[in-house]
Amino acid sequence: MAVVSASIAPSRATRTVIGVVVGLVFAVPLVSTLLYTLRDGTGYSLVNWARVFDPANSRILTPIWTGLANSLVLAVVTVGLVLVLLAPTMILINLRFPKLRRLFEFLVLLPISIPAIVLVVGLAPIYLVIGRSVGTGAWTLAFAYGITVLPFAFRSIQASIDAIDLATLTEAARSLGASWPSVIGLVLVPNLRTGLLAASLISTAVVLGEFTIASLLNRAVLQTSLLVVSKIDTYASAIFTLLSLAFAFGLLIIIGRAGRLNTGKDQP
Amino acid sequence: MSSYVQADGLVSDAGVKQSASPRRPAPRRLNLAWVGLVPFGLYLLLFLALPTLLAIASGVVVEGRLALGNLAALADPVILRTFWNSIWLSLLTAVIGAVVGAAVCYAMLGLAQTGVMRTLVDAAAGVLAQFGGVMLAFAFIATIGVQGVLTLALKENLGIDLFAEGAWIYDLPGLIGPYLYFQVPLMVITFTPAMLALKPAWAEANLTLGGTRLTFWTHIGLPVLAPSFLASLLLLFANAFSSYATAAALASQGSQIVTLQIRNALTSETLLGRQNLAGVLALGMVVVVGLVMWAYSAVQRKAAQWQS
Repeated sequence: MAVVSASIAPSRATRTVIGVVVGLVFAVPLVSTLLYTLRDGTGYSLVNWARVFDPANSRILTPIWTGLANSLVLAVVTVGLVLVLLAPTMILINLRFPKLRRLFEFLVLLPISIPAIVLVVGLAPIYLVIGRSVGTGAWTLAFAYGITVLPFAFRSIQASIDAIDLATLTEAARSLGASWPSVIGLVLVPNLRTGLLAASLISTAVVLGEFTIASLLNRAVLQTSLLVVSKIDTYASAIFTLLSLAFAFGLLIIIGRAGRLNTGKDQP
Repeated sequence: MSSYVQADGLVSDAGVKQSASPRRPAPRRLNLAWVGLVPFGLYLLLFLALPTLLAIASGVVVEGRLALGNLAALADPVILRTFWNSIWLSLLTAVIGAVVGAAVCYAMLGLAQTGVMRTLVDAAAGVLAQFGGVMLAFAFIATIGVQGVLTLALKENLGIDLFAEGAWIYDLPGLIGPYLYFQVPLMVITFTPAMLALKPAWAEANLTLGGTRLTFWTHIGLPVLAPSFLASLLLLFANAFSSYATAAALASQGSQIVTLQIRNALTSETLLGRQNLAGVLALGMVVVVGLVMWAYSAVQRKAAQWQS
């Protein structure tokens, strides 16, 4: 890989020009948003930040905390679905039903092709039924979110599964007398941990960023609360925009590192 | 059924018994394994298949009967216009996003794969491509909104009034900037694997045969990458076409694009006197995105032959 880079990569000058131009254009909205939050009428100061985070300012903080709390609960339940429902099914498919792999992959990547807004049209009547039987708790939305994170979670976990010899590990453990729970808990999960971690983090990021489904089903989550707050105080929504983007950026850097550990194992 | 036949054979023929008995545990374990697929299968059925079917059916099935007449809504001038708006907006941002994104991928060829810069670019691309949504709209309002930082800076320093023609940022043209802001990063994410799959041997062969960097790209690089580029472009189109959050946060009034029209139909059921409009629009979207994704997988298959 290093060779291909050296022989066909652009010259340093070309690379710098592309990087600087695109980088600058992409920095403009973020820097502007930061400057916007620092406005105080005459110059720049932290007055907006102080006002927004003043505990007395419940009009702004209440919807944000409610939305954030709901989103975090949803993230936990969605990650639970990924780890308890998706991951074991993937292990089972790879071990026992390799012929179903193509079909399985097609199915779990399908949510990329089905716009969330189309899902919402069909989810609305389903959530009416769920609301009547299970209740309208925020966590119920996780069933829908579990579908939207499928393609992302699948790719992360599959990369880990491809990097290890699932069948040999399992057979070795089984022939040494391990029960299925201990095969999964003591052999497979530790070997797949980077993939499972990446899947969990990316699912969290997707859930925290989801707006379409929550908004049209009238649920209060982080993103819908940002929209509510923007109608009261545009500085507050700009501040929380910066914080959320920075948080998601941090999550993805961790995922990137986890992914690199994974590929590092792949290439001796 | 099969176990019954086997049991019958055991009694009648001892020879069959010997060959059949070691095989017997296998089908039983297989049956148990199938049970393991049931929970996830049910989940997909309830929360993926059922909503999709309900969404499509809600437009064309009225009180249990097929009402294809509802599809006439798709020929309504207002609806046609929103589809047209969605399509050109998606096409425009997909083409620009693909070209700029490919340039970024090209520039990153020289970076070490595990370097800090790459990790940062990958993470930034992921954030903007997948989680921006509402937040991108706010960032653009803070930048080029009526009171935006850039708007005021241009007005005060250069005397340029961005909104001399009216507040276009809350209308269709205002979506182009934010859309590019997530399309370019998505291109970087989807096109990087294709770039990295260019084989060192091809570059060496090109050099050995007297080629230059230019001939490498014109004769090898671009032809090999063309299918991947087209596939990524189609993915970008589908992405923009399905996008809702940014537009919903930016254009709080009006329904210039299809996804906003669906919002309108869902929140005010009586729009244009047609109750099933949301379903009909969803069906229209599924057809467009379905065709694009079908083309995507066809092109991607062609592209994959170089990526093994």
